[in-house]
Amino acid sequence: MSTSLRNNGAAFLSLTAAALLVAGLSLAIFWAPEDADQGISQKIFYVHVPVALTSYAAFFWAAWKALRLLWKGDERHDLESYTAVHMGVIFGVLTLVTGSIWAKVSWGQWWVWSERQLTLFLILFLFYSAYFMLRYSTDPGPRRSRTSAVYALFGVALIPVSFMAIRLAEGLIHPVVFKRDGPDMEGSMFLTFCVCLAAMLALAGALYLVELSGKRADASLRALRERLA
Amino acid sequence: MSTGEKYLWAAYLVVFAAVLLYVVLISLKVGRLERELTALAELARDREARGG
Repeated sequence: MSTSLRNNGAAFLSLTAAALLVAGLSLAIFWAPEDADQGISQKIFYVHVPVALTSYAAFFWAAWKALRLLWKGDERHDLESYTAVHMGVIFGVLTLVTGSIWAKVSWGQWWVWSERQLTLFLILFLFYSAYFMLRYSTDPGPRRSRTSAVYALFGVALIPVSFMAIRLAEGLIHPVVFKRDGPDMEGSMFLTFCVCLAAMLALAGALYLVELSGKRADASLRALRERLA
Repeated sequence: MSTGEKYLWAAYLVVFAAVLLYVVLISLKVGRLERELTALAELARDREARGG
């Protein structure tokens, strides 16, 4: 993707994200009905679940770019995969924080270790956090790119496990909203959720493109500095 | 404001604060890149002036 296209893409996605975030939060606060069991605190769902799904999407994107790097040998995918992991970890932190707030108000505890969904997400998050340690423990070059790519690719296997854990396990208190026969919520709630999810994906896309531009500029400046030194 | 509302706003504010923090960090990074670019441009100009 050329620089101008990327910058235009970032501007477009930023505006889209801003519009969708305003729309999504307005719908969540003023339009979507309160949950009969949890009351108003259930509306954390409109932030927590889209943020978590965006985190998964970023890790998938990182794995896809890693696969492209290993397959085609094109080094530019290394920076793209790295930036996607960066985004995934940021959204992962937000998932854990918003999830803990929701857990506190719903279950009376910030964290429940017996919940496999939570523990598996934490493992996934820590796995991708360790990606940075691996990346910066080796010198820049093809070896680092390939090692990082293999690591990013392995991590993606944890996503379906994390996603399915809640369905496979028994005796859980974490709610299951998306079932085989569709979403277990009212139409207005589902529409609000879709808008919030689109907003988070657009926000992550915009941040990804801005971060990628910054990292590419940084790399170009470093190369230029070495040539002029 | 009920307890549920307080937690709801806390969750929304966390996301908003994170985005705001990210924008601040990106602006600091852009500032650093700009300074480095200016320094490199000066270095290149000096070299050119010396006929290098």
